[in-house]
Amino acid sequence: MLLDSLRVDVADFEARTGWTVQPQGLCQGDVCLPLPETAIAGGTLDVEAVAERAGMPLVHDEAHNLWALGPAAGRDRHALTTAAAPELELPDLRTGEKFRLSSLRGQKVLLLAWASW
Amino acid sequence: MWQELREELHPKGFEVVTVALDVGGVEATKQFVDKANAQHPSLLDEAHLVDELFGVVNVPNGVWINEDQMIVRPAEPAFPGRNPVMESFEKLDVSTLPPDVADIMAEVKKIKSDPAAYKAALLDWVEHGADSPYALEPQEVVARSHARTDDKARAAAHFELGQHLHRNGDHPAAIPHWREAHRLQPDNWTYKRQAWNFEDPVRQGHTDAYDSSWIEDVRKIGAENYYPVVDL
Repeated sequence: MLLDSLRVDVADFEARTGWTVQPQGLCQGDVCLPLPETAIAGGTLDVEAVAERAGMPLVHDEAHNLWALGPAAGRDRHALTTAAAPELELPDLRTGEKFRLSSLRGQKVLLLAWASW
Repeated sequence: MWQELREELHPKGFEVVTVALDVGGVEATKQFVDKANAQHPSLLDEAHLVDELFGVVNVPNGVWINEDQMIVRPAEPAFPGRNPVMESFEKLDVSTLPPDVADIMAEVKKIKSDPAAYKAALLDWVEHGADSPYALEPQEVVARSHARTDDKARAAAHFELGQHLHRNGDHPAAIPHWREAHRLQPDNWTYKRQAWNFEDPVRQGHTDAYDSSWIEDVRKIGAENYYPVVDL
């Protein structure tokens, strides 16, 4: 997740990473990681605290004053924490409108990654 | 290339969602969607988010998602009963090509895939749902998804910074981030091919920007391992 500050809006964080902020901490599927009380304030999260607790790498580009928060990682971890499909919201090239993967609940879906290169 | 199969299976409650992993954006991708006259959602993923969210590391890759939005097969090589790219290369007379391009084609021809088996499995799942032997249990789905070590997660962060800087007009600033992403996650072909392609779209060859190229990196692993065998 791309950041220009080390405090991130909770809703933006949830939409981008698939983790949700619950009373018991940071949750995805059956996994919940407790957060220090000070990590949440005024609808924003302390990115450094979240990164440390969830094992998310935080990479800084000093020259451009930007950070990128990578996905939660660890020795025995996988790209998927749970089999529940993460939300994916991207523009549809046919219309330019945003499309949400979750709008296809009730159908079987083949998500197919391709590229022009 | 998925349009035909989509038309066949759509009445059975099946939908295809294509995702173009392309920092080049609308300009690089829309022409293909228009030409295919796609009737299914055809998404643009300029930041290669599906690598991070679903564990995609190469294209084409497919993920099966059931009616309850549960993944029943994680990202793996996916072909609609045939491999049109390979078919078009088969017809090429390599003797007419420049030697370095002929070398690339020779490696491409060694790449293995089993499009017929993949299609048969897909049809079985669309017909039988959870009773299909190809629909995996949640634990198996997670276990089969790409490993996410600290290095691989850090690679995703560097790739994201790189694509952001490139798209904001500072291509030279993207290169060190992409080099770092390649170093940290050498088995991610979408990060590598995307980056090589900006320097050399024909060959994805060795340039000053990267200490790597498609042919060098394919030879390192053996072209026959370019797509892992799909364990159906």
